[in-house]
Amino acid sequence: MIGKCSSCFMKVNGIPNVRTCIEPVRDGIRVERQRGLPEIPPIANETNEASEETFETDLLVIGGGPAGLTAALTAAEYGLNVTIVNEHFKLGGQLVKQTHKFFGSKELFGGLRGFQIAEHLSNKIVEKSNIKVLLQTVAYGIFRDNWIGLASMNKLYRVKARNVIISTGAAEQYLAFPGNDLPGVMGAGGAQTIMNEYGILPGKEVLVVGSGNVGLIVSYQLLQAGAKVKAILEIMPEIGGWFVHAAKVRRYGVPILTRHTIKDVWGDERVEGATIVRVNEEFQPIPGSERKVSCDLVLLAIGLTPDTRLFAQAGAIMTWIPELGGLVPLRTPYLETSIENVFVAGDSSGIEEATTAMIEGEIAALTTVLKTEGSIRDALERREKLLKFLWDEYRQSPLLARARAGKLKATVPEDEMRKLRTKFSR
Amino acid sequence: MSIQSFRSTGMISIEELRKLKLIPPEERLKKGPVVIVECPEKIPCNICVDACPQNAITIKNINELPEIDWNKCTGCGTCVAYCPGLAIFVVDISKPNKAYVTVPHEFLPVPKLGDEVTVLSRDGTKLGKGKVVKIFERNRTWVITVEVPREFAMEVRAIWVEK
Repeated sequence: MIGKCSSCFMKVNGIPNVRTCIEPVRDGIRVERQRGLPEIPPIANETNEASEETFETDLLVIGGGPAGLTAALTAAEYGLNVTIVNEHFKLGGQLVKQTHKFFGSKELFGGLRGFQIAEHLSNKIVEKSNIKVLLQTVAYGIFRDNWIGLASMNKLYRVKARNVIISTGAAEQYLAFPGNDLPGVMGAGGAQTIMNEYGILPGKEVLVVGSGNVGLIVSYQLLQAGAKVKAILEIMPEIGGWFVHAAKVRRYGVPILTRHTIKDVWGDERVEGATIVRVNEEFQPIPGSERKVSCDLVLLAIGLTPDTRLFAQAGAIMTWIPELGGLVPLRTPYLETSIENVFVAGDSSGIEEATTAMIEGEIAALTTVLKTEGSIRDALERREKLLKFLWDEYRQSPLLARARAGKLKATVPEDEMRKLRTKFSR
Repeated sequence: MSIQSFRSTGMISIEELRKLKLIPPEERLKKGPVVIVECPEKIPCNICVDACPQNAITIKNINELPEIDWNKCTGCGTCVAYCPGLAIFVVDISKPNKAYVTVPHEFLPVPKLGDEVTVLSRDGTKLGKGKVVKIFERNRTWVITVEVPREFAMEVRAIWVEK
């Protein structure tokens, strides 16, 4: 329920398969439960007024999270005409549901809470007259010569973009176990949506699966909201996330059970409890070590997968990199993919975190500026400085080593990308 | 490969902190309030450096651990409010019998001056009660100083207001 999966599909005003997690409530809205496959809706939309528009833009940014917003602001600074497409009715991506303070330095918004960074960036976007924002709009396809198809509820757009930055983020991974389809089993990000965006407590007694930063942070937020976190399970022998995030929940008595996983979840209409089990060196359950935990919410915080569907559809050269969460587009150091003038930035380039997402967005945008406006010295110097900071300083943290290794594997020099383009061109 | 114990428990020991030069010398502790920065990993972050009004904290490049100049630190607690990891505490053992521990707090309700609150250790053990003697707030992080028995100076790391 972070705007990416089918968990919250409902019928809204007669239209099935609407993601209610990103659908704003409004007067007269009719929301109905949807069971099984819905009937195909009639050819009509809410207002019965569909329209079409064709326009050109220097830069189309797909996805208005930290990477996309930074990219748009950077390109707009140099006078480019920018369009941002955002599925959610609010800009900011996952930042809007992050209530904890971010690490980093003052210049990188460190010390601010995630939603405050989102507010700051969104406010700056609104001030720029050369940025057009299309909310509740999706990019459904990339066509020849950088024509992009966009769709909102009552409008279709055909956009000719000189450059495209795809910053579509990531989706939460799910886990297979008996009972995982019961209401009350959800992704950690889904719980953050319900709790931190919409102010509803998703459960009173919670079991969290996965002790990466997401699992640790959501546990802390649940405690703040008044829930009891029964335990955080971690299949590995050590905690996945950063020590300081773990210490924050340990202080309030939340156990982090390493070498443990979830076996099943039970309940009549919704989650009533779960069985947890210890695992051996091969991560196999140890028979007899099962324990029953009563709970009404089971959160899965076991990782994210980059949302790279647009790259795949467009035929970009993709590469499988486990350190980055799966399939990602190959890119140059300047974040251009094998499709010329199509760039990647943020989690869709491989799972990392918000600060590096913003830096990547800036690097990609500066490259579009250089391609559009020619060699501007200031933009060139700024890009070099950012690249140096990103690779030689920021990503040198041992805590980011795995992501750094992954990003390095996904990056090829520009001349090699040129060769690959010729080889795979159709 | 051996795992540092705090990576499997989520709790850090005084010995581990001492090895990282994050525990002030005994003479300094006895002089008055001083920070204990429980930040053992090289997080790319230097918020505490800018937060400190005394310029007592140095981080060589963004990924190094903080170094504290114990003589410059006055134990004012400003860094306690700003640390995004909520990993900084102030300890004062300069008064006889009592100790004063300053912790970050981001839970409602916020206690009032003079309130008796439950004090918690690094694993959430309820150590007893502490009296709130000082409170301030920055960007929704409250910084709360509690008076506790002397032996808990290095143990108390959170407070809890019983509802």
